[in-house]
Amino acid sequence: MDHSGLADLKPRLVLTGITKRYPSVVANDDISLSVRPGEIHAVLGENGAGKSTLMKIIYGVTKPDAGTIMWNDQYETIAAPSQARRMGIGMVFQHFSLFETLTVWENIALALDEHVPTAQLAARITEVSEKYGLPIDPYRLVHSMSVGERQRVEIVRCLLQEPKLLIMDEPTSVLTPQAVLILFKTLRRLASEGCSILYISHKLDEIRSLCDTATVLRGGRVSGSAIPRNETNESLARLMIGGELAECHLTPREPKEVRLEVERLSLPTPDPFGTSLKDISLTVRSGEILGIAGVSGNGQKELMAALSGERLSTGSMIKLLGQPVGALDPAKRRTVGLTFVPEERLGRGAVPPMSLAYNALLTGARKGMVLNGLIHPSVMRTFSKTVIERFKVKCGGEQSVASSLSGGNLQKYIVGRETMLQPKMMIVAQPTWGVDVGAAQLIRQALIDLRDQGVALLVISEELDELFMISDRLCVLAAGRLSPSVKPAETSIEQIGTWMSGKFGEGENDASTPAASYLEAAHA
Amino acid sequence: MNPLIPMIASTVLAATPLIYAALGETVVERSGVLNLGIEGMMLIGAVAGFAATRSSGSDAVGFLAAAAAGVALSLIFGFLTLNLQTNQVATGLALTLFGIGLSAFVGHNLAGLPVARLAPITIPGLTAIPVIGDLLFHYDIMVYLSVALFIGVQWFLTKSRAGLTLRAIGESPGVAHAIGKPVLTTRYLAVMFGGATAGIAGAYLSLVQTPMWVEGMSAGKGWIALALVVFGTWKPARVVIGAYLFGGVTQFQLFAQGFGLPIPTEFLSMLPYAATVVVLVIICRDPKTILLNQPASLGHSFHSAA
Repeated sequence: MDHSGLADLKPRLVLTGITKRYPSVVANDDISLSVRPGEIHAVLGENGAGKSTLMKIIYGVTKPDAGTIMWNDQYETIAAPSQARRMGIGMVFQHFSLFETLTVWENIALALDEHVPTAQLAARITEVSEKYGLPIDPYRLVHSMSVGERQRVEIVRCLLQEPKLLIMDEPTSVLTPQAVLILFKTLRRLASEGCSILYISHKLDEIRSLCDTATVLRGGRVSGSAIPRNETNESLARLMIGGELAECHLTPREPKEVRLEVERLSLPTPDPFGTSLKDISLTVRSGEILGIAGVSGNGQKELMAALSGERLSTGSMIKLLGQPVGALDPAKRRTVGLTFVPEERLGRGAVPPMSLAYNALLTGARKGMVLNGLIHPSVMRTFSKTVIERFKVKCGGEQSVASSLSGGNLQKYIVGRETMLQPKMMIVAQPTWGVDVGAAQLIRQALIDLRDQGVALLVISEELDELFMISDRLCVLAAGRLSPSVKPAETSIEQIGTWMSGKFGEGENDASTPAASYLEAAHA
Repeated sequence: MNPLIPMIASTVLAATPLIYAALGETVVERSGVLNLGIEGMMLIGAVAGFAATRSSGSDAVGFLAAAAAGVALSLIFGFLTLNLQTNQVATGLALTLFGIGLSAFVGHNLAGLPVARLAPITIPGLTAIPVIGDLLFHYDIMVYLSVALFIGVQWFLTKSRAGLTLRAIGESPGVAHAIGKPVLTTRYLAVMFGGATAGIAGAYLSLVQTPMWVEGMSAGKGWIALALVVFGTWKPARVVIGAYLFGGVTQFQLFAQGFGLPIPTEFLSMLPYAATVVVLVIICRDPKTILLNQPASLGHSFHSAA
């Protein structure tokens, strides 16, 4: 861990002059970096800065056009991931590389080079996952797991191979604050055992507390390197985005009339591994943002489906602008004035093989894009172009295919699209998951602007910092139950973290109760 | 003798080629490739097996030749869909049409010639047992090998590492490629396996069921095999049960015609196909069954972006 001690060690991995060109963009331009044994090395950069491409090159998924890779003092051409694994390189992907219809142990067995009997492997999975505080059931099917749980599988899969270099791509975005601390402990222990770690993250605080060194990428080039401990968030952000970090401003406002009212919503899940919603009550008013925190897999997916209309409910448990909407499908709820940004960008938020313009048409058909049953292409394209421009979406124009955009850029586009539909009520799930600092601030500011225009917003997020930044009120979804809501200024990260583990008062879903009494309830 | 015994025996004979073809296609589809060319590969196998057995006098040579012919045809399919990434549905249909035409052309001078039927094997002691001996131990070797094939495929898909890799590739070739699994090689091997079993299925028709070569003699059995894979929701055991059910219905209608039941024969001949349609509809009624069991990448080309 001591950085001065590391300096004496010979580097384990040295990249020199790595260059990778794609038809429309130079993803990596003459990138060099080196990692020593036991070093936790951060790779920082905005969307499209070339971090993912560089990691794929190290992991043997992509071949560089130029440059050399030196591993333990020997030049290597890493032709395939299997070779990378044999060399001792493990990777936890941002977009998970799991097979959904297979079980946890099958997924892990696929990545191992030697054959291990099922029972023995399952035992090892349980052992390693518990040791590192990431408990998973080896016999569960992956498609029934939440995003957070899937990431545990990814991490455990890597740890089982006892890697010499571990590449982690945005690993903490799906963990509770307590779990992040446990992960950091794990990573520090791995590093002290001599494992090198390449850590990609956009969370500057995390990088400053965890990483020994940092290489910052901007536009495919190295824009600087730093010892994160000696830097501030501002100085790191400057290296990364080449300018000042935009700040979010939440000026206090008095919320107006109730836009969304959920009263004692209970909804059993059809998925045997899903979370049933239990007795959820909440209200969101015009001009306020209600943040819902919690680790995914605690009913977020189900709540989103119930509110958006993907799952219908009976009676008047859900009221939108005073009108019961439980029996209305998503399209009808949209006509009432609801828009939403689902967690899954590809598949729910956008149709992957369709152009951005057509993806605008999908939810914006009422905005003059359809005339007498025919598509009005110029309106559609203008709308799409405006979104791209206003939200600084990096793409090849409105005809680019949705799946060709990076996660963050696509999210900017989807949020922009939903914002421009002039909603009365907007629901956003994981607004900035896997999105870099610059883009995340842009998205958050867009949400705040909407609030200031009098829109009611419900934001479901796993990023506590974000919710503290943008919420007027904050509550936690744990095991399908919703905690009371509290003003961010009247609570703390620790308090919310406790709520996230399900410890809040029984049957006290009254939003007006002050936070202090729940502190006592949590201790009881 | 109990009239049920010959009926069951002929059910087994009717089901055996379906088992070969459908088990092969199950493996192909589990790897994510949809090969609609079974009918064509069966016909090529039928004519190749018939010709080889006639000229060599050996049934083993015949079945090997049939398997080789099926593999050869499947390699064309593999090259087109895996290397050139043509549409799998269109290519499979073309393969069937090609197989029908080529087999008719090659077999033109073989039509109507005789060949000795592959004889049932006698197992000392067992075949002589009354009823059970007749029911279980008086079939030709290919029937027993079909059972072995079922056990092998079942083991391969559920227990072996290679089978796990194959299933993973059928699920998500992109992810499999990213963790270093050989997508193209695996799919090629699967397609060749499917070709070999389809060829053997064809030879079973021309060497056992009706020991002669007739143009288009597979008469839609390749399509039935494809339906059986869906029927069995890509699980070998259910595929085999489906094959026996279908064989049973086929034999039942033949016997029913023989007994002179007061049902028009056209309706009876329709029965097996109608039964297939009904069963498929019932299975597809619950979309979850298909969603959870169908290989997610079935029919999609894979192109590695590296």
